[in-house]
Amino acid sequence: MPTDLTRLTITEAARCLSRRDISSVELTNAVLQRLEAIEPRVHAYLTPCPERAREEAEAADRRLAEGTNVGPLTGIPLAIKDNIATRNLRTTAAARILENFVPPYDATVTARLREAGAVIVGKTNLDEFAMGSSTENSAFVVTRNPRALDRVPGGSSGGSASAVAARECLAALGSDTGGSIRLPAAFCGVVGMKPTYGRVSRYGLIAFASSLDQIGPLGSSVTDCALLLREIAGHDPRDSTSVPLPVPDYVAELGKGVEGMRIGLPREYFVEGMQPEVEESVRAALCTLEGAGATIEEVSLPHTRYGIAAYYLIATAEASSNLARYDGVRYGHRTATRSGLLDMYRRTRREGFGTEVKRRIMLGTYALSAGYYDAYYLKAQKVRTLIRRDFEQAFKRCDVMATPVAPTTAFRIGEKIHDPLQMYLTDVFTTCISLAGLPALSIPCGIDEAGLPIGLQIVGRPYDESGALRCAHAYEQLTDWHRRLPEVPDE
Amino acid sequence: MTIARDEVRKVAMLGRLELSEDEENAFAADLDRILAYVDMLNELDTASVEPTTHVASVETPFRDDRVTNAPNTEALVAGAPARDGTYFRVPKIIE
Repeated sequence: MPTDLTRLTITEAARCLSRRDISSVELTNAVLQRLEAIEPRVHAYLTPCPERAREEAEAADRRLAEGTNVGPLTGIPLAIKDNIATRNLRTTAAARILENFVPPYDATVTARLREAGAVIVGKTNLDEFAMGSSTENSAFVVTRNPRALDRVPGGSSGGSASAVAARECLAALGSDTGGSIRLPAAFCGVVGMKPTYGRVSRYGLIAFASSLDQIGPLGSSVTDCALLLREIAGHDPRDSTSVPLPVPDYVAELGKGVEGMRIGLPREYFVEGMQPEVEESVRAALCTLEGAGATIEEVSLPHTRYGIAAYYLIATAEASSNLARYDGVRYGHRTATRSGLLDMYRRTRREGFGTEVKRRIMLGTYALSAGYYDAYYLKAQKVRTLIRRDFEQAFKRCDVMATPVAPTTAFRIGEKIHDPLQMYLTDVFTTCISLAGLPALSIPCGIDEAGLPIGLQIVGRPYDESGALRCAHAYEQLTDWHRRLPEVPDE
Repeated sequence: MTIARDEVRKVAMLGRLELSEDEENAFAADLDRILAYVDMLNELDTASVEPTTHVASVETPFRDDRVTNAPNTEALVAGAPARDGTYFRVPKIIE
C-alpha cells in the first residue's frame, strides 16, 4: 500500500480501491488532510465540502464492497470549478452577484461524475465568470501557484490547476474559453485539456462566451485526463451544440504511440519577446517526440497575430449578452437600495460585478451597439473564419500541432492586474485554437531557472482528442517533469 | 480613436451598469487602448469572407416536446432575492 495516498493517479487509486487495499474514505481523508494543511497558503478552493465528501466516500465504499456499479472513478476524490453547477452545493462563478447561489440542479458533467461514483471534494476558485488569465479576478480570494506561492496559477481555472498540483484532489474539472484550462495547467505544471467545441455538454456551465466555452479535465497525468474526459464526453440533448458523435475510448487509444505521426510546428508561435527557456523547452520536446518516431513538419498559421483581437471582441460580445440575465430578480444578489426597476438593475449589477467583468460588458456592449456592430463584431467573426481556414490548411500536412502554451512561465501576483491589455496578451497562443474550436492540451515540458513549469500545447484536429492525448502520452512516458517540480510542504 | 465620457455613459446604460465617475474615466481609457489594439483587424480584407458564428456545423436538433422535469416551484424561487409565496417580487414597473 502506498504511503502517501494523495500522490496516486486515478488509475493507481482505482486499482487500490478495487483490490480493497485502501478504502475511498481513507483516500478521501488523506486528500482532505492535505487540503486542510495547505489551503491557508494556496486558496485553491472557494467551497470545500469535507462532510459531503466523506458521505460520498462511504457510499462509494459500499458500491465497491458490493461490486456493483463500480466504474473507474468510483471513490476517487475530484474537484469542480465553481462555474459548473452542483445541486445543493453553492456555485458562485467567483462572483459577488452569485455569492449565495445554490443551484437546484446538476450540470451534465456533474451528474456524470456522480453516476460514476466520484467523490466531490469541493468547488475551486476562478476568475469571476471565468474572465481572466490569473485567477486574480475572483471576487473572493487570490489563489496562489503551489509551485511558487508569489506567482499566479494562471486562469481562469486557476483553482482547479492549483488543487491538482498541490494534491488537494486527484483531478479536477475546469472550463476553457480562450485558454482557461491550458494556461493554468501550464503555469502549475499539470496536464489539462480543452476538448473540441461540442464534445462535452455545457449544460449547467455558467455561460461566459457560448460559442467558445468548453469543459475539460485537469490531472496529474495524460491518462487521468483521458479517463476523466471519457466519463464526461458525449452527446447531451440538453445542450443543442453538443455533437452526436460516438466517444472513443481515449484511455485505450493512448498506447498507440507516435510512430509515423506528423507533428506540425507553426512558425508564428515562436515570436520575439518570448521567454527563451519556453522556446528551448518546446523545441527540445519536439526532438524527444521525433526520437520516438514522429516527424516534424513546419507549418504556417498566417492569421495568428489577429487571434487576440478577434477573440476579445467575440468573447466580450457574447459575455455582455449572457450576463444580461443577472438582473437581481430570480436569483443572486439584489441591491438593498429602494429604487425603480431600471435603477434596481443598474445598482444591482454595479454591486454584483467586479471591475474586469464590467470592463468586458462595456467592451462587448460597445462592439454590438448600433453603428459599431459591422466594424467590430462582424469583422471579428470574419477574421475567425480566416483563422479557422489557417488550421484547415495546416492540418493537411500534419496530424497534430505542437506549440508553447504561453510566452512566459507564471508571472507574479499583481504584476499584470492593472494592465488589462497585457493580461489579455497572455492568451496569445491559446485563443486562435479556441476560435477554431479545436481540441488542445497542455503538458509539462520543462522547468525554467526560477523553478517554474513550462507547458507544451498539443493541438488536435476537430474531434481528434485521441491524437493529441496519444502524442502527449508518448511524450510523458519519456520524461519526468511532473516529478521534478517543487511542491508546497505540509507544514 | 477617443471614446468620450458621454459615450461611455451611453454604453453603460445599454449594458444596465451604473458606473462611478472613476470607473467611467478608467473604462474610457481602457476601451481606447483595447479598441486601438483591435484596430489591427482592419489590415485584413474580409469583404468576401463569410463570418463564423459557430464552429460546429450541426443542424438544429429536434426533440419531442415532452415534460422531463418534475415541477419544483419551491426550488426555483428559493434563490430569489425577494419573493411573495411562489412569486418573484420586483419593484413597481409602471411609474
